[in-house]
Amino acid sequence: MNNFTKAQFWVLVILRVIIGWHFLYEGLVKFANPNWSSVSYLADSEGLFRSLFHFMASSPDIVNIVDVLNIWGLIAIGIGLITGTFSRVALSGGILLLGFYYLSHPPFVGLKYSMPMEGSYLIINKVLIEMVAMMVLFLFPTSQEAGIDHFIFSRKIN
Amino acid sequence: MKNLDSDHKITTDAEKRGLSRRDVLKGLVTVPVLGAFAYGWYKKNKYDRWLRKATQDEINKNMIDPVVGKKVSKDKQIRLGIIGTGGRGRALLQAAGFIEPETIDNWIRKTGKFRPNIPFRDYLEQEDLNVVVNGMCDVFDIHAEKGMNACANINREASGGKMGNRPKRYNTYQELLASDDIDAVIIATPDHWHATMTIAAARAGKHVYCEKPMTNSIPEVYEVVKAVKKSNIVYQLGHQNRQIESFQKAKQIIKNGVLGKVNLIEVTTNRNDPNGAWIYPIHKDAGRHNIDWEQFLGPAPHHEFSLERFFRWRCWWDYATGLSGDLFTHEYDSMNQILDLGIPHSAVASGGNYFYKDGRTTPDVLQMVFEYPNKELSLVYSASLASNWDRGRVIMGHDGFIEVGSNLQVYADTGSTKYKEKIENNIIDPSQPIYSFTPGLQQVDAISSATARYFASRGLLFTYKDGKRVNTAHLHIKEWLDCIRGGGKPSCNIDLGFEEAITAHMGTLAYRENRKVIWDAEKNEVVPAG
Repeated sequence: MNNFTKAQFWVLVILRVIIGWHFLYEGLVKFANPNWSSVSYLADSEGLFRSLFHFMASSPDIVNIVDVLNIWGLIAIGIGLITGTFSRVALSGGILLLGFYYLSHPPFVGLKYSMPMEGSYLIINKVLIEMVAMMVLFLFPTSQEAGIDHFIFSRKIN
Repeated sequence: MKNLDSDHKITTDAEKRGLSRRDVLKGLVTVPVLGAFAYGWYKKNKYDRWLRKATQDEINKNMIDPVVGKKVSKDKQIRLGIIGTGGRGRALLQAAGFIEPETIDNWIRKTGKFRPNIPFRDYLEQEDLNVVVNGMCDVFDIHAEKGMNACANINREASGGKMGNRPKRYNTYQELLASDDIDAVIIATPDHWHATMTIAAARAGKHVYCEKPMTNSIPEVYEVVKAVKKSNIVYQLGHQNRQIESFQKAKQIIKNGVLGKVNLIEVTTNRNDPNGAWIYPIHKDAGRHNIDWEQFLGPAPHHEFSLERFFRWRCWWDYATGLSGDLFTHEYDSMNQILDLGIPHSAVASGGNYFYKDGRTTPDVLQMVFEYPNKELSLVYSASLASNWDRGRVIMGHDGFIEVGSNLQVYADTGSTKYKEKIENNIIDPSQPIYSFTPGLQQVDAISSATARYFASRGLLFTYKDGKRVNTAHLHIKEWLDCIRGGGKPSCNIDLGFEEAITAHMGTLAYRENRKVIWDAEKNEVVPAG
């Protein structure tokens, strides 16, 4: 057993599962909507990296790649976190994705977006909070006990 | 590291013990969450489908994809002539496949070497219409030179590329029309020349693509219609909005009765920059020596040479009809396309020169109201050249309204009789579109339309057709050429041009004479009221 108390352990598992749920649903919604494309999100980018995201939006080929990576990345990360399969890989991928989302629309003073926001944010938004939560999960793993990783990693050592 | 170590320890312990039943259960403990997720997903989708069906049954009834033009063989090359190669003329040449090399130079300069040059790539993908420009004329040498450079650029090259033959420059449009190596002409001159040139072209048997408005006065309208109908030419008026898919969708939606009884249409123009107010730049090298002023004046009243009048002709009644001819005609034609309005029974107008004090005679703020008693609706046009408050185009009915631009949104009305029950049962939310359409997207999208609205209002959505960005003027010219080759009537033919011209002139007349004017359908003429 690791050093977590029971409560600590299960709260971490719940955090992992609900973040996974969120990713999986975001991915499936995009997958199920044939009209979804990241193009408007990318084109709406502001801040330090806006030219990078605008450049991505300007090319239909790049947009296609971004769309596919986004949809399947979200779905894979979601399933990985819920079932605890290759959790650390899933968490790294998720942190990277959220990092991109955050940098494309940083809630900094003076930046304005046409994308409506559902809350009020200054520098910190929910994307950043979810990203840091995933960092916590990365540092305090639970999937090797409550997750498919339990079987994967025991076999590996065998 | 500490945790990793403890993980290893757990695994090794498990190995030693073998996987106990408890371990297996714990390892799988979160897997049932996937089942719960799947159930939730199923329920949510079922609800969304039901909601969509409930709101869109009416709209989707008889909804068909816009008619795709029949394929016409392009084997026969069409030989064009162009009269007027100023800004608009060169834009039409570009849409027909002849671009100024400098335009490509600019695109390349703007994007640099290492970024994909989207406008250039899209332009290279524009369909080849199998046309050649054999003749051109323009009364300003510099515009003529630019026009000839564009016409010669048959391979769509940047400066220094391999050019084709330059077209012959004629001194007058009469000489151009007399030439037997020209089948069809594009007329992109100031408005006061449109009628005279169209009539001459029709008599010479040349097909005509004429920029809007069709004429500069009411008597000219009848003469143009007579000349075109007497000839066998294909006439297309330059309202390229005829090619916008969302207008075709709007027409179907209204036909299906989604809006209930349509009673008011509001179309608007808002601009707030010198270019939008026709204060076009005066070329630094322009002067008496390279402008044929007498030919520019043509049928217009005599006036001494004036660079302002030459470059900014839209500001004077002598050469144009201001907001009415330049911008209302597009708005009217869009609505005529959607609602088959025809000519109104009456028109009143008011406005004035409230902002630009530059000697212009046409107004910079204008309101025109047209009544259609037979259709029981009013058409209102409101324009300002000194405010950018964008009011769009709205078609209002008792049960709903449509906002139509390059995309389209349909809303249920809060006071609707038809949707009353659905609104009360929260099936329809009047603050959200019940139908939204963005050209280029494969299907309609009702769920994510709130954000689509934001993006569309900022113009952030690209317009694609079959994955390519398209130029509506290109489609409009192509349609004209298809009709020349394969027969049929173009979408903005002479009959629709007649309706456009009479309606716009009724508004202009009402403004200039400051009284109500009536369309006497029996006599086929415009008369003062009462």
